[in-house]
Amino acid sequence: MAMYSKTVMDHFKTPRNVGEIADADGVGEVGNPICGDMMKITIKVTDGVIDDIKFLTFGCGAAIAVSSMVSEMAKGKTIDEAKKISKQAVADALGGLPKNKLHCSNLGADALHMAIKDYEDRRAGIKRDPQEAAGVQCYTEDHHHGCKCPYCDADIARGADICSMCGRKVEASECQ
Amino acid sequence: MRSINLDYVSANPLLPEVQEAMIAAIRDNYGNPSSSHQLGEKAAEQLELARRRVAGLIHCARPEDIIFTSGGTESINHAIKGVVFARRDKGRHIITSNIEHNAVLKPLRGLRSLDYDVTSIAVDSHGRVNPDDVAKALRDDTILVSIMHGNSEIGTIQPIKEIAQIVHKHPATFHCDAVATAGVIPVDVQELGVDLLSFAANQFYGPPGVGGLFVKRGTSLWPLIEGGGQERTRRGGTENLIGIIGMGIAAETAQRDMENRFIHLQRLKAKLLTMLHEKINDIIINGDPDNSLPNLVSVSIRYIEGESIVLMLDEENIAVSTKSACASGSLRASHVLVAIGSDYADAQGTIIITFGRGITEEDIEVFTDTLQRIVQTLRSMSPLYRKERMS
Repeated sequence: MAMYSKTVMDHFKTPRNVGEIADADGVGEVGNPICGDMMKITIKVTDGVIDDIKFLTFGCGAAIAVSSMVSEMAKGKTIDEAKKISKQAVADALGGLPKNKLHCSNLGADALHMAIKDYEDRRAGIKRDPQEAAGVQCYTEDHHHGCKCPYCDADIARGADICSMCGRKVEASECQ
Repeated sequence: MRSINLDYVSANPLLPEVQEAMIAAIRDNYGNPSSSHQLGEKAAEQLELARRRVAGLIHCARPEDIIFTSGGTESINHAIKGVVFARRDKGRHIITSNIEHNAVLKPLRGLRSLDYDVTSIAVDSHGRVNPDDVAKALRDDTILVSIMHGNSEIGTIQPIKEIAQIVHKHPATFHCDAVATAGVIPVDVQELGVDLLSFAANQFYGPPGVGGLFVKRGTSLWPLIEGGGQERTRRGGTENLIGIIGMGIAAETAQRDMENRFIHLQRLKAKLLTMLHEKINDIIINGDPDNSLPNLVSVSIRYIEGESIVLMLDEENIAVSTKSACASGSLRASHVLVAIGSDYADAQGTIIITFGRGITEEDIEVFTDTLQRIVQTLRSMSPLYRKERMS
């Protein structure tokens, strides 16, 4: 498919580090199937170095490639180095992402950072509810302004339960 | 390796006889039907021959009631805006359903901004419009009702005849978007009782970029495109004669072969449904099991996402389509799946399989075997699938 770079297609077709570490030191989960993408990253840390990392992803080709690339970039890195891996760096390493995928599918760095935070919290003795650790957040910040009616595509006010364009009821949760 | 196109709704191969007729027309019949010399007259004859053939396909007794257009989208826009503008002094209310094609929804959205009032009827979980809901929605100022015949995402066929009967107790004009059905299943404008009907050649092995609009005699219609006096001043612009000739042949062939094609499609669809259930668990077949297009299956494959399925199938030279949020430019779930009450996550994993002439039962087997493998791969990396298995 021409909209994706060769590197994206390579990571999509043969993703690296798929799976879940059972006794992980840190777990990060971002996204929501409603938004189209969801990623879970588990890390194993020895002497401040991420020596194993696995991912699970529900999402499009870009989302899978992003997860795979993040896992490769983070593997073998120290926690401090891994914290510096940005969304832009992941997109660049993939040879770019289509514009409309830059935010929605590019959750890999977020999942990694969340897994690192979880690891650090655990070391600091902060206990968290596993449900809370798997925090659900719909879209990244750049998408929060754009609430659209699922029926007629019109922009709707945040929190509105009715679309002013077509008059149909909109579930408020779609747009919070 | 042979490539398998199971995305016929997007593109299907032109019939050999359509190709030949079009190539012959490019060579020998490039005339302008409006010219009064011999070259023009020959072109005009071909134009009217094609019109008779197309009229025959939809059982339209008066070929002059057909307007040739640039395709389904133009036909629909012409019908909607044409009726609304022609009847603007009769009222400002329009009725439609919430699973129409964007070619209907977007013009209606534009008309809303011009202070037209649109009632969007909600379909049931099979995607059916209840004719009683149309009756309830009709008002004194209703000027247009537009309901599609077949839905190209989930395949549901609407009870158009019943809806038309209700609408005709009222002065409103009734338009039917039959792009997904004309040339595929029997479409009879007299029996259906529609005032306007839109259709397109590329749904029945004719060329893209050519369509038709049936306008029942006596229907007020504002011309959408004006210029020369073509199409009895109802649609200006030099006719796409080469495309129209192709459409004529495709229409004639569709009418002649419809029964045989239908049997073939039904066999493929039955096989596809059986194999999908056999090979893949946790799937949902969308649409109406009893009133559905014979050439389409919409399946939601739970825990995975549609675009990644399409990409992986493409790697294996198999084409299908998806309306998942990730694949669409809008990044939102399909309005049709939302309307039938699909779970948002399931809507993401929905693919549309459409087929036709040239597709064999063996192709269906190859496809379902490949899909089974791909689903396994994608589910093995899906956090949703893991969660479901562990709970």
